Amino acid sequence: MTELHLPWLELAILLPLFGSLVVSQLHDGDRARRFGLVFSGAALLCTLGAWQDFLTLSAFEAHDRWDVVRQVFHRDVLVIDELSAPLLPLAALLYFLTQLATLRTKVHRFSFASTLFSESVLLTTFSCRLPWALIALLAVGTIPPFFELRRRARPQRVYVLHMGLFVVLLVAGQLLMDLNGTATSPPLTAVLLLTAAVLLRNGIAPVHCWKTDLFEHASFGTALLFVAPMVGVYAAMRLVFPVAPDQVLRSIAVLSLVTSVYAAGMALVQTEARRFFTYLFLSHSSLVLVGLELATPIGLTGALCVWLSVGLSLGGFGLTLRSVESRTGRLSLGSFHGLYEHTPMLAAFFLLTGLASIGFPGTIGFVGTELLVEGAVQAFPWVGMLVVIAAALNGLAVLHAWFRIFTGRKHPGTIDLRCRLPERFAVLVLTLLIIGGGLYPQPGVSSRYHAAVELGRARGQGLPAPQLTALPTRDNPLRADSSSPAPAVPAVPGSLEHFGLPAFLNK
Amino acid sequence: MSVETLYHALGLTAAASPALLLAVFGLTMLFSRPLSEKAMERCTETAVLTGLASSIGILVLMLMTGERQVPVELGNWVAIPQEHFHFHLKLVFDRLSVPFVVLTFLLVGTTGAFANRYLHRETGYRRFFLLYAMFLMGMVVASLAGTIETLFLGWELVGLSSALLVAYFHDRPSPVLNGQRVWSVYRVADAAFLIAAVALHHVSGEGDFAGLMGTGAWPEGQAGLTSGQALFVGLLLLVAAAGKSALIPFSGWLPRAMEGPTPSSAIFYGALSVHLGTFLLLRVSAILELSFWLSAIVVLLGLATAVYGSLAARVQSDIKSGLAFSSLTQVGIITAEIGLGFRYLALVHMIGHACLRTLQLLRAPSLIRDYHNLENAIGEHLQPRPGLWERWLSPAIQRKLYRLAFERGGFDAVLQQYMVRPFLAFFQLCDRLERRWTDFLAGTTSRESDRIPTAPVAEGPE
Repeated sequence: MTELHLPWLELAILLPLFGSLVVSQLHDGDRARRFGLVFSGAALLCTLGAWQDFLTLSAFEAHDRWDVVRQVFHRDVLVIDELSAPLLPLAALLYFLTQLATLRTKVHRFSFASTLFSESVLLTTFSCRLPWALIALLAVGTIPPFFELRRRARPQRVYVLHMGLFVVLLVAGQLLMDLNGTATSPPLTAVLLLTAAVLLRNGIAPVHCWKTDLFEHASFGTALLFVAPMVGVYAAMRLVFPVAPDQVLRSIAVLSLVTSVYAAGMALVQTEARRFFTYLFLSHSSLVLVGLELATPIGLTGALCVWLSVGLSLGGFGLTLRSVESRTGRLSLGSFHGLYEHTPMLAAFFLLTGLASIGFPGTIGFVGTELLVEGAVQAFPWVGMLVVIAAALNGLAVLHAWFRIFTGRKHPGTIDLRCRLPERFAVLVLTLLIIGGGLYPQPGVSSRYHAAVELGRARGQGLPAPQLTALPTRDNPLRADSSSPAPAVPAVPGSLEHFGLPAFLNK
Repeated sequence: MSVETLYHALGLTAAASPALLLAVFGLTMLFSRPLSEKAMERCTETAVLTGLASSIGILVLMLMTGERQVPVELGNWVAIPQEHFHFHLKLVFDRLSVPFVVLTFLLVGTTGAFANRYLHRETGYRRFFLLYAMFLMGMVVASLAGTIETLFLGWELVGLSSALLVAYFHDRPSPVLNGQRVWSVYRVADAAFLIAAVALHHVSGEGDFAGLMGTGAWPEGQAGLTSGQALFVGLLLLVAAAGKSALIPFSGWLPRAMEGPTPSSAIFYGALSVHLGTFLLLRVSAILELSFWLSAIVVLLGLATAVYGSLAARVQSDIKSGLAFSSLTQVGIITAEIGLGFRYLALVHMIGHACLRTLQLLRAPSLIRDYHNLENAIGEHLQPRPGLWERWLSPAIQRKLYRLAFERGGFDAVLQQYMVRPFLAFFQLCDRLERRWTDFLAGTTSRESDRIPTAPVAEGPE
């Protein structure tokens, strides 16, 4: 396997882990925040280094130079590939910005040590493709929020029941897979168990209530960081997508689509900002899963693009909401708050990130959403239109929340609520990424298309993940396709390729 | 310099000037370096005049060369050649887009000059001009769009800027609720538009208007769709147009939109924005021709809107609402003209109506003064005279019609009663069920959010 030029992945994982140990010894909240930022920033730089290094290699996958983990386990445990390359810096960025935007007044309530530990686990998860190691990491990742709920003396039962079931289903599914199946002929029960686990972790209705419960009881930062990187979607791509039969994938897609519309509708009737955000996020993460499970190149490309755009935009949206909440306390959407004149920058950023999440033109989500709609309609001509309805409802919910929080009356307070410098920095970085990605989307789309084709091809060949030999060039990342007749992605039964156009369009 | 290069340069300038204006206003506000009122005024003037001059330049060139359709290719914004997916950016200058874009620059420029004084030293001056720039860009992109995706891009920009401008006076709940209503209707229209665009892609394999409408220049193109396809896609486009142009049953947002400042009411709802739906119908008029039933529905919808607008305009007690419903009457007639196939007539009607309405709306704030002057000049109060219908119709029918008009046809109530309320009730029921489920799982009260104090919003559209 190709090697990176430096051990970027190990550094990105070890730095926050070490940072977590250091910060846990500090009792001064301010110092903990500063140290947390340093370690988290270093991890972000390492993930960016890994991504850039990976791009220069023009390879499908690569592992670290001087890979210590490999020498210990004699297997490629930590690997960067087309799918995970942009996810690593995205996750690291979200962690860094969340810590950066934590106000001094809140540093005693937010655990930087636990956050750094979670970051380390998450980055390891995104660097890992071996099923059992991945399952272990997914299980470990559920622990920090539990400890926070316990520390804050909040109800933990809903969270524990769901996450416990998630881990049990994963283990049972993988055990069955190892005992009875191969990559090309997996036992259906094992696939179903893994699918159920993934659906639960993604919060697909009706097993989604743990998400709203977590946002109700955990700190906003912890809950946001637990859901925003969409680890459940990653688990679906690594554990279910390569082995699941078409019918299972289609079922996931339909369930996700229904969840997306349901969550969008629920977002509209929420009267509290956190719950509104949870449903909004659930609607979008379900849309990502819809695209991924369509198993068509366009659908997959759209979903991979939306994964990044939603991570950035709703990550930023959540951070904004958290910043507003840290000034005013929990926000009711049943009344107007009129904060615009006091926090114009947060108001503008709230609107921008919200619009980016629904795929507004000129933002990073636009092209991804277009591709997703195209892919969904290709696969399920009628049902696919639900994607458009979900997007429309989400658009209504975003502006409804914006109006309630920032307009409607004059905020009577005299305390200065304006953006602090670190928040301003976070806003600017995310704004530039959201607008920049929206105005110049081609490189991102090309890279995601290439990843989509390889994922589809790997699935067609029964491979556990992209493991191919042809190399694209840097100038033309799609070169590998030109030598082969077409992406070996199986056409979805029931898709336009199978049935032609829907009857009403063929008259 | 060849004529083609000149076309290209002028076309690019026409589209780039509003984009640049939006970028300047947006970036200065993002980096907390707001421009002075004077600087914003100059930027706006320069952008509008540059765009207008370029558009007129293209018009003159087209008249000189006899060209009827000038495409300006901007290339693919995004393309996945292997999947035949491309987001193609293309501008088209033809007999439809050139008059509309010239009209846009003229009216937006006039209103900008008016707004500069009208909103002088207002707190929201910069916000207004940022949204103004967004609106201008949306209108120019939508007018010149050569592909359905490009039109959608402009369409969305117009929608957002309009909704936010309705809620311009956002420290009061009423404008905000009205802005929210406008946005809700626009989202329905956007969803219909997007589904239509995707359906068009599938049936024709492209989103390029030149391909969709055949080889002829507007209005002579022939669409390559079957009657059934045309009916399906056309109905979706009609819903989109109805939302944007406030045709029934979506008319309720138009008078509510008058809550915004007068300059935005003038260009957005009286003149340009309200015509964007009819512009869309004109742009895809080749599709309308393919289905008799589709054309019939367009005509009926237009006529019904005209009658409704005419009735409702007579019972309004404020001038801006009166003008809004008068606009609706004319937009309904324009829609009927499009359905009947009178495309040039519809275009001329649209331009004339937009100019008249802008003038009326800009004069609206001084209407009472104008009346006083008039009455002073003639030496007595102006007496209302009974019109034709008042003399012909019995008092009972007049009362019924009055009530119907006063309640604005009951469209808002019907939409609220049969669409919005059941929708919300269903999800509120789901919310209650979820609460019971999480309470059961948690073994205690699971929602901390219930303890947050709330001051309920008194009234408002959902």
